Amino acid sequence: MDRFSVFSSRLVTKSENFTSGHRACQGCAEALAVRHVMKALGRDTIVAMSTGCMEIISSPLPLTAWKVPWIHNAFENSSAVISGCESGMKAMMRKGRIPQKKINFVAMGGDGATADIGIGPLSGALERGHDMVYICYDNEAYMNTGIQRSSSTPYGASTTTSPAGKVSIGQHTQKKNMPQIAVAHDIPYVATACPSFPFDLIEKVKRAAEMPGGAYVHILSVCPTGWRIQPEDAIKYGRLAIDSCVFPLYEVINGKYRISYTPYKKLTVAEYLKGQGRFRHLTDKDIEKIQAKVDSDYLKILKRCEEDA
Amino acid sequence: MAKVRKGIEVSIAMADAVAQANVDVIGAYPITPQTHIVEHLSEIVANAELDAEFVPVDSEHSAMSVCCGSAAVGARTFTSTSSQGLALMAEIFYIAAAMRLPIVMALANRSLSSPLSIWNDHTDTMMVRDAGWIHLFVENGQESYDNIFTAFRIAEDEDVMLPVAVNFDGFILTHMIEPIEYEDNDTIAKYLPAFKMKNTLHPDNPVSMGCFGMPEIYTEAQMQREDAIRRAYPTIIKAWKEWGDLTGRYYHPVETYRSEDAEYCIVTMGSYGETAMEVVDSLREEGEKVGVVKIRLWRPFPLDEFRKAVLGKKSLIVLDRAISFGGPGGPVASELRSALYNKEGAPVIVNYVAGLAGRDVSRNDFRNIILEGKARAGKGDTEGFTLYGLRG
Repeated sequence: MDRFSVFSSRLVTKSENFTSGHRACQGCAEALAVRHVMKALGRDTIVAMSTGCMEIISSPLPLTAWKVPWIHNAFENSSAVISGCESGMKAMMRKGRIPQKKINFVAMGGDGATADIGIGPLSGALERGHDMVYICYDNEAYMNTGIQRSSSTPYGASTTTSPAGKVSIGQHTQKKNMPQIAVAHDIPYVATACPSFPFDLIEKVKRAAEMPGGAYVHILSVCPTGWRIQPEDAIKYGRLAIDSCVFPLYEVINGKYRISYTPYKKLTVAEYLKGQGRFRHLTDKDIEKIQAKVDSDYLKILKRCEEDA
Repeated sequence: MAKVRKGIEVSIAMADAVAQANVDVIGAYPITPQTHIVEHLSEIVANAELDAEFVPVDSEHSAMSVCCGSAAVGARTFTSTSSQGLALMAEIFYIAAAMRLPIVMALANRSLSSPLSIWNDHTDTMMVRDAGWIHLFVENGQESYDNIFTAFRIAEDEDVMLPVAVNFDGFILTHMIEPIEYEDNDTIAKYLPAFKMKNTLHPDNPVSMGCFGMPEIYTEAQMQREDAIRRAYPTIIKAWKEWGDLTGRYYHPVETYRSEDAEYCIVTMGSYGETAMEVVDSLREEGEKVGVVKIRLWRPFPLDEFRKAVLGKKSLIVLDRAISFGGPGGPVASELRSALYNKEGAPVIVNYVAGLAGRDVSRNDFRNIILEGKARAGKGDTEGFTLYGLRG
């Protein structure tokens, strides 16, 4: 954030590589995130996308919202498909079969595709060191299929397969920490982002694409439908998540942690949870427990950043 | 590589063929059961004898996914699998054909678990029979080597653009040392020009691949696939004919041996064709009017050629290498019965399933199957299938 200025918006391209007219729900912050990501990446990009909301809403035959070459194959394998694209292009350019050109190879998937079904192929692709960017759009559940819990659903959230009930708090497990799993692969770049902070997001995606080797960007994407909030509040809840440190914005460049944004005034978790239908069953005691976990996780990140500063 | 005849393991020869075909990307995963194909390819790449990306992936599922990605950018793409590996990649195996990605696979045919087995039969390939791939079956090492080139030629033809599986029997072929005639690189270059794909993923000409299909478009998309694989037929014939003209080794969708004047025939797919021919030779000496019919092209199914080969015979004894549990017969026999239903002069079919998970089918077994099958056909005992050699 320290590098941001009032001119930031002027530096962003007007070119839309993910066009309007797609079929996302009103207030979909994930579609907004895709739009920002595609602005950051530019036209010399090949996108492999997992099955999910963004795939369904952007490619109903015979229409497409993509101005860049785009491929959807299956749910779990966008990272493997983009590995193939990158390998094929690399081999053909080396052999002189096609002209040399710098191309961004980008795989995208939701939190289910990333943290659950596709974690094997993603881990494999990062380990093999392909020159690629993986972008996880995390809306914290399987929204496309009707709000089922994923391993990225936060503790306490009620979903259609982790419903709150007499003996259930809703999701009773903690959110899987995908950025840390990506960091464990010793890749050059890992970052978290949120479309409520668009210039930070664009900067990080650009940096991810510029880094040789694998990069991972985890984007919190508010889903009004699944979070049970009003469409017009999507941006607000993104800000609340970050200002309450539920979802800290940071990056890890060649193993060095750096916090991207420190809230001017750290909000409470209660302020973030309030108004979200998925959390409305939580008691004050439940919220206290969540607050303690958020504080401890945030401190860990801050400590790493201080050590690496 | 010069034209040379050498004694070599079939898997190694397959890998050499892939290198001679100058592939760009190899997706490789060593699932049990493994063959030496990708191992040898990794050596070839490591020694700079082939300029390609060898992508050692995290699973067979990712192997086929990598192949889809690389074929989508227009790279010549190869992978090899078997058994459990094929089962794991089955999801993407279907998508590869639907997306018209011309991948070539050496499919070492083996049984599926459980019980876990690494040995040969056709259970794995029958599982993906309806995926929309072109399926070739080969009989020996030479045919395995040759059909890597014909497979690329067919797959990458502008009129085809479909993936091709070269089915060859696990162990019986994969791990055998056979005399194989290598073609020189000039012959290969003449036969198999560099791959040029019309619509690839490239920023200069952006396309969307693998879009989402609503009910109003899905049926038509499937019909296009059906059209594509049927239209591939003349290209397959042409690819085999031109290979034959170059090398003297010709291939046909349905091949016959001593069947012209035969009253009944044994029908096989894969390496057992050779045993069948030997046994038919000896039975002929005893006066049996028997021949062999071998199905080389499994998909697209050569309906006309098959009918031409067998109509007018009294009976067919069909040797299946897989079971369709609870079904009307083995997968091959069921299709052949369907192909002949209501046809004038159609032979009756007696169906045996044998050689499951590597259990040997010896010459003597073939003799028993043929003679018993003939007798059963005479008695009209033609329902279902018989599991040959069942113990206990």
